[in-house]
Amino acid sequence: MLILHCPYCGVSAEETEFAPGGEAHIKRFGPGASDEEFRDYLFARENPKGVHFERWRHAYGCGKWFHAARCTVTLEVFGTYPAQTTEPPQAIRDAISAKRPGWSWREFE
Amino acid sequence: MTRYSAFAVAREALSYHTGWGRAWRAPEPKKRYDVIIVGAGGHGLATAYYLGRNFGITNVAILEKGWLGGGNTGRNTTIIRSNYLQDSSSAIFEKARSLYEGLSQDLNYNVMFSPRGCLMLAQTQHEVRGYQRTAHANALQGVETEWIGPERVKELVPIINIDGPRYPVLGALWQARAGTARHDAVAWGYARACSDMGMDIIQNCEVTGIRRDGGKVVGVSTTRGEIDCDKLGLVVAGHSGVLARMAGFRLPIESVALQALVSEPVKPCIDVVVMANTVHGYMSQSDKGELVIGGGTDAFNNYSQRGSFHHIEHTMAALIETFPIISRLKMLRQWGGIVDMTGDRSPILSKTPVENIFINCGWGTGGFKAIPGSGWAFAELMAKGQSPLAEEFSLDRFTEGRFIDESVAAGVAH
Ligand SMILES: Cc1cc2nc3c(=O)[nH]c(=O)nc-3n(C[C@H](O)[C@H](O)[C@H](O)COP(=O)(O)OP(=O)(O)OC[C@H]3O[C@@H](n4cnc5c(N)ncnc54)[C@H](O)[C@@H]3O)c2cc1C
Ligand SMILES: [Zn+2]
Repeated sequence: MLILHCPYCGVSAEETEFAPGGEAHIKRFGPGASDEEFRDYLFARENPKGVHFERWRHAYGCGKWFHAARCTVTLEVFGTYPAQTTEPPQAIRDAISAKRPGWSWREFE
Repeated sequence: MTRYSAFAVAREALSYHTGWGRAWRAPEPKKRYDVIIVGAGGHGLATAYYLGRNFGITNVAILEKGWLGGGNTGRNTTIIRSNYLQDSSSAIFEKARSLYEGLSQDLNYNVMFSPRGCLMLAQTQHEVRGYQRTAHANALQGVETEWIGPERVKELVPIINIDGPRYPVLGALWQARAGTARHDAVAWGYARACSDMGMDIIQNCEVTGIRRDGGKVVGVSTTRGEIDCDKLGLVVAGHSGVLARMAGFRLPIESVALQALVSEPVKPCIDVVVMANTVHGYMSQSDKGELVIGGGTDAFNNYSQRGSFHHIEHTMAALIETFPIISRLKMLRQWGGIVDMTGDRSPILSKTPVENIFINCGWGTGGFKAIPGSGWAFAELMAKGQSPLAEEFSLDRFTEGRFIDESVAAGVAH
């Protein structure tokens, strides 16, 4: 059972109060993109064994989307942050580095 | 290898059964093989078996990070059926189901295939239409299935409650030739036959890197040293993304946990497999008398081989409404496996961006039933560069938008 913290309304609650929304920080491709770019945008996923960034929605709370940094092996949550960003904030990256030195995820580290 | 037979059992009895040899060897890895298969689950072992049996390729190693059959193959609820909607799915699943019928003889190993029949309940009007459509599709595909009404369901499954208040049973898609098999025996039977052909099954050997030269695979790095190969087959289910990353590409796959559980053993009370997709649960009874129960997956990425408790609660709530008789049963064990989910809920049997690396994955929540057919097709793909059964399941389909959509067809896939 995961405990997640909603960065908007400040509630920490069990995962049943939230809805998972898949990989975060996906770059959108649209008209003019190559077939490969569009395929990757739609389907290719990091699916890492370890540090992962993903989207969650506080479905049975404030209803808002946010991001979480989480380990897919231990299910430890390193931190959550508002979704209005294209990359994880420094504080979150530092929190991960403290526990998983040398981690990397796509272009982030 | 000693042939297993009634005569052999009688003969060995004379020496108090101390004379049985090991079912497969435990060799040291060689420097080089023609083909390396990563992952000794059902699909990897079946691939190796048909490489040898159908194509005479036996200089093969199967590398396994844990013990053979210890992944999803040894964790699944063993439902075997082939009543899929799309033609390409039905073709490979029906090939597998028909191979299961003769598998014990073929392998000289009792895989306990039990064609007891499988019911997929329709509990909403939408499902009624969906399953009637599947029944028609199956008729055209030459897969024997039948749409049956609620009275017939009650006849087949006396313990079912067909007029529940919320989701009454409106009928079912019935496949009489569907059933179950012993999961471990499938892995063990293939392993024994592979070892007998001279193939090396190397356990406790984790692949940690994939060596390439000019866009072509040359070998793997493992916890037991470097091993070279001409061709490499990745058959690692939930770990497909990890292996793909080692080879420098990404996959349209997410790994999530799927759980199952069994009850305390009871007297025989249900002799078919029942799947209730709307309420999200399915059940059959093992030879030991345990009710074997499964449900849905978690929706977030997970490599922990544990799932969230609320899924079990949800599944049990649904099954108790469907089978009120089980409400006082105690549950004995619960476990999870990491399943590899594609967007269209269909598998991938394909060449990859790296020459001579082939991948067989994406079987997700429903690949046990496919093991013989998948091994058959993937061996052909690896040996000859193409296979009619595998063709539609290539990675290209995600670039071309040529999906094999079974998620709509199945709701829950097992
Ligand atoms: C709870 C549950 C219930 C299920 N119920 C059904 C069902 O009723 N019917 C059905 O048809 N299907 C079912 N499935 C799905 C089915 O179990 C799988 O699709 C199938 O077993 C996959 O087989 P596999 O050989 O591809 O994978 P696995 O059996 O998982 O084998 C892959 C192997 O690769 C190994 N490996 C991974 N990484 C490495 C590495 N780096 N180096 C070396 N080895 C590695 C693993 O240790 C593992 O042994 C269920 C699955 C689960 C989890
Ligand atoms: Zn909130």
